[in-house]
Amino acid sequence: MFDKSKVERHTISILVENEPGVLARVIGLFSGRGYNIECLTVSEVDAHKKLSRISLVTTGTPMVIEQIEEQLRRQVPVYSVQDLTVKGPHVERELALVKIVNSGDKRVEALRVADSFRARTLDSTLESFIFEVTGSSSKISAFIDLMGSLGAIEIARTGVSAMSRGSEIDY
Amino acid sequence: MFTKKKIRHILVRHEQAAVHAAEGYARSTGKTGVVLVTSGPGATNAVTGLTDAMMDSIPVVCLTGQVPSHLIGTDAFQEADTSGITRPCTKYNYLIKESDELQAHVEEAFYVARTGRPGPVVIDLPKDILMLDAPYSPAKAKTQVARRYNPVTTPDPEAIKKAVEMMKVAKKPVIYGGGGIINSGPDASQSLTQLVNETGWPTTLTLMGLGELDASHDNFLGMLGMHGTYEANLAMYNCDFMLNIGARFDDRVTGRLSDFAPTSVKVHADIDPSSINKNVRVDLALIGDANEIIQALLAEMKAQGFESHKGDMKKWWSAIEGWRARQCLAYKQTGDIIKPQHAIHRLYEMTKDREVYVTTEVGQHQMWAAQYFNFHKPNRWMTSGGLGTMGYGLPAAMGVQVAHPDATVIDIAGEASFMMNMQELSTLAQYRLPVKMFIINNEWMGMVRQWQQLIHGGRYSESYSASLPDFEKLADTFGMKGLVAHTADDLDGVIAEMLATDGPVIADIRVAKEENCFPMIPSGAAHCDMILGPEDTEDAISEEGKVLV
Ligand SMILES: Cc1ncc(C[n+]2csc(CCOP(=O)(O)OP(=O)(O)O)c2C)c(N)n1
Ligand SMILES: [Mg+2]
Repeated sequence: MFDKSKVERHTISILVENEPGVLARVIGLFSGRGYNIECLTVSEVDAHKKLSRISLVTTGTPMVIEQIEEQLRRQVPVYSVQDLTVKGPHVERELALVKIVNSGDKRVEALRVADSFRARTLDSTLESFIFEVTGSSSKISAFIDLMGSLGAIEIARTGVSAMSRGSEIDY
Repeated sequence: MFTKKKIRHILVRHEQAAVHAAEGYARSTGKTGVVLVTSGPGATNAVTGLTDAMMDSIPVVCLTGQVPSHLIGTDAFQEADTSGITRPCTKYNYLIKESDELQAHVEEAFYVARTGRPGPVVIDLPKDILMLDAPYSPAKAKTQVARRYNPVTTPDPEAIKKAVEMMKVAKKPVIYGGGGIINSGPDASQSLTQLVNETGWPTTLTLMGLGELDASHDNFLGMLGMHGTYEANLAMYNCDFMLNIGARFDDRVTGRLSDFAPTSVKVHADIDPSSINKNVRVDLALIGDANEIIQALLAEMKAQGFESHKGDMKKWWSAIEGWRARQCLAYKQTGDIIKPQHAIHRLYEMTKDREVYVTTEVGQHQMWAAQYFNFHKPNRWMTSGGLGTMGYGLPAAMGVQVAHPDATVIDIAGEASFMMNMQELSTLAQYRLPVKMFIINNEWMGMVRQWQQLIHGGRYSESYSASLPDFEKLADTFGMKGLVAHTADDLDGVIAEMLATDGPVIADIRVAKEENCFPMIPSGAAHCDMILGPEDTEDAISEEGKVLV
């Protein structure tokens, strides 16, 4: 519409109260207002204080990203919202499980690729492997592309977990 | 309910009406309205009211019944996923799982409903929880509330300083006030008046803000937006500095965004940070409570020796006077047929010495009420602004009347909207609530007809109000007074009799059937492209505008 600025990709870290419906509240906000979710991970991080962390990657113009953060902040069970992309240096990691089914030379090649990506072998049969690979999302995508050319594959990705660098602690 | 006589319960006839009544109560008092409905259909019927309260930031707490905990999720009789359904249309909601959570959640619910930007909160109560004892303990701390939800109310002094620096160089300023000032409480309206007096600046208000500055104040330009005045919209279009306090740049106000106040520096004061830069990019944000912000501005203006530049202001005001001279709200009442504008103008004139509260339904009559009924105080005007809910006015008026038993409470209605919640006539009769229902009866869903005429080439489709009841007889069946005004000569007599009647009255005002509501900024147009009357309507609406609503 009126906002013609460029679409950016941001990683947002949200600390929420781990109560029933809190994930639906966050996701409903995105679908209801037409925002994007590229990936999302969520898990309890403090059972005593009942806190969960949601790591979320979204895309939008700067005005939309600002809206997303303020809309999140005004939710009652949301304690903190950090835009890691804006905050500066941060680490982002994702884990994927990749099952590959193949044979012969391709099987040897798959092991070689896995080795160069420092993937671990979690399971093997005579015609398949399951590899575990961690790293940035782009590294994982590259790994999956290579594996895809070496046989039939099945993929499970966790989505991004992220945290800012340095000694500062959120909440 | 049975033993606690301290709580006054009004048994309405439909749950949607219950929520609107609570909204009317809340908006006319500044307190939180409370609603109690049953599970399943009771909760789903309440959804329109909750959404209405969400859009207009009205504090309401709605208690919904729920099937017993062990039956949740089994498609039990009268089960609905109330917390799922109401999550997007409430500020917050709860499903109570243990009776010992009850106190903390109820306390938090009221706190959340009225704190920061107000809104509706639902508490879903499974039947087994309702059967348990949950004694109230004054000693229990409210610590959780404070930890979870703390909207900022005091503005940042640095931002206030900057705002006043910007105000000092404004040559063509305008103040644009919204519902946030009403929500902040009556003090905020007084502060606004002080700000207007001290700056001498022209001021326009949104539909939600009417009454926060006395309509008879010299600096008041009228309402702005789609059916706002010529002078208000042109002042917005031409201003070089805009101070928005508690308004949210709604699309009905801004018109085409790319041409919205194109040459202005904008300062936006709001208690909800998510309102900032949502629709319109602003140059400075002031986050906090409206009254605190205005008071901080006034103090800082004194500290910085603020003074409006006399010469610049004179020039600016003379431009505004030029626009005012167009008299965009002028109409001619000639002949027998009652002009709707005239009906509302006469209603205003004949009630202005009373303690009067006005609610409306949605449509042309609502806009005419906003244009021709002058409000002098806050909390006197209750209308469905954000959601535009037909059927709002009658139940809202019930809530207002319950809160102000001795005041004159009038629902300015359209005949089609009125029928959307007219089962509440029975509630009015039961509780002897003397609400005056002033129906601007044009036998059309006039606002729809107007759009079909102006935008869709006169293809009138399903907009005629067919098979209307005889409203006079309808009143009679509920044991209340019914009146009809057929001609202009009847009008004053009908209004006088309506006001003189102790109980509720339905006044059926038969007005001109095809009158249109002007001025109008067609959708997709800018403030400078107003249609002032029928003579401007040729080709006024672009192809692009026609797809908008
Ligand atoms: C619940 C609901 N349904 C539909 C609409 C769309 N709508 C807006 S105005 C209007 C016509 C209202 O007619 P009436 O109450 O007679 O008022 P008038 O415009 O004639 O004054 C309609 C159908 C709405 N606002 N609310
Ligand atoms: Mg009508």
